[in-house]
Amino acid sequence: MRIWEFEVKAESLIRIVVVVGFVVLIELLCRSGIIASSVLIAPSAMFTHGIELLRGGKFDHDIVTSLIEIVAASIVSVLLGFVLGLGIHALPSLRRSIEPLLSSYYAIPTFIFYPIFIVVLGIGSLPIIAIAVMLSVVTMITATLNGLDRIPRALHKSAQVMRLSPWRCALHIKLPATLPYLFTGVKLAVAYAFIGVIASEFILSGSGIGYAIGYAYNNFQNDDMYSLMLFVLVLVTLVNAVLNRIDQRFQSRRQR
Amino acid sequence: MKRFLDPLLVALVIVVCWQCLHWAIGKHSLSSPLSTLEALVQMLGTEAFWGNVAETARALVYALVIALIGGVALGVLFGISRMSGRVAEPILLNLYSLPKVTLYPLVLLVFGLGLSAKVAFGVMHGLIPILMFTMNAIRQMRPVYLRASKTMRLSFFRTIVHVVLPAIFPEVVAGLRLGFSLTLLGVLIGEMFASQRGLGYMLTSAMNLGDIRTIMAVALFLTVFALACNGLLMMADRRMKHR
Repeated sequence: MRIWEFEVKAESLIRIVVVVGFVVLIELLCRSGIIASSVLIAPSAMFTHGIELLRGGKFDHDIVTSLIEIVAASIVSVLLGFVLGLGIHALPSLRRSIEPLLSSYYAIPTFIFYPIFIVVLGIGSLPIIAIAVMLSVVTMITATLNGLDRIPRALHKSAQVMRLSPWRCALHIKLPATLPYLFTGVKLAVAYAFIGVIASEFILSGSGIGYAIGYAYNNFQNDDMYSLMLFVLVLVTLVNAVLNRIDQRFQSRRQR
Repeated sequence: MKRFLDPLLVALVIVVCWQCLHWAIGKHSLSSPLSTLEALVQMLGTEAFWGNVAETARALVYALVIALIGGVALGVLFGISRMSGRVAEPILLNLYSLPKVTLYPLVLLVFGLGLSAKVAFGVMHGLIPILMFTMNAIRQMRPVYLRASKTMRLSFFRTIVHVVLPAIFPEVVAGLRLGFSLTLLGVLIGEMFASQRGLGYMLTSAMNLGDIRTIMAVALFLTVFALACNGLLMMADRRMKHR
């Protein structure tokens, strides 16, 4: 156990060294002029300008808009995916016919339907949330199905022995037993919601982080653009780190 | 027979839903399945459309080849050297879940407008899944294989070519299936921003004109193409697993 812990620590140390080394390398390349400032600005400049922007509140509106859309899309797709997963699991014949669609769903570039959503739902947050939900709901459905498939048979039997009603069985047995799998679905759904929201804002929108980056690019405002890109990078990394930590805890519970 | 019946049924249900949606929201917002098909057939007859298809296909092929070679090479490297794999894995997973569209200004500034930017975009999307599948395949490979190659005193290069690659081939196909769809998505998104040709460009220009019929026709074409390629790769995948 000790040795293993030591290895984990060594590994995260190397990881930090690799990432920091990479950032320092880019910093040096930018400062020495090997990478022109019209292509990439130095990471330190991105960071300080980013702090200034956050202090000044220039992009507060865009950031808040994007975050609200991401949260809304995540919640809708998690709930919808869970309910649809329960429904599909309960109907094996439906599941058999829908399974090929689920397994090849991500082959369809969902973004191409964005214009249709704009026409149907109007310009604003709704079509963006709809695209993000479309992108992320299927992972949640798959995770729910996967979790329900793996409930040990003994648990079903004990529920029968205790004569639990279907509702109580769902609440006290199925939900806790599937929770680790569901959480993996939640993690992926949030990642896809991020991708869906920010990418749609790029394509056609009037506000949001994606829009702000596109706008800065079109107006040659490299400092704004790179600071916003750094902001997205850091935000996604932080959210992922938190979700991964929780996920690991669930997974270790499952293995026990 | 049954295997083909189920997907057909799903397709039929989707077409019926599409038609109902068309009736519900009006024909100017969403073209009907029939008129979309007509538009597509008409489009298939024009030379301009095939020019765009060829453009996208070229970018897709380049991106796929680079993503496959790069993904497998890096995957083998990270899989064999366990420490580097464990160091790289969280970084890769984070890159994978990053909205890569955010990086598009950087790609454009580095590669300029045109083919190379599209290819870079496709590679960015498709490389990581192929890499992850390859890496995990090597980690789960039976250690007997490597021991056998050591006994035979194969060189590192020959071990890779004759032992490791054949052993992980099925997983690479599975990774390619995921990588293929993401590469296609990447190339299309790249074309939407950074090109004057290709299907992605066709979509953006139709979007700006509000030409829903063209959008739906191109979307239909892409969906059928993506599903067909996915089906072929899935069949190959299943064959490998039976072996």
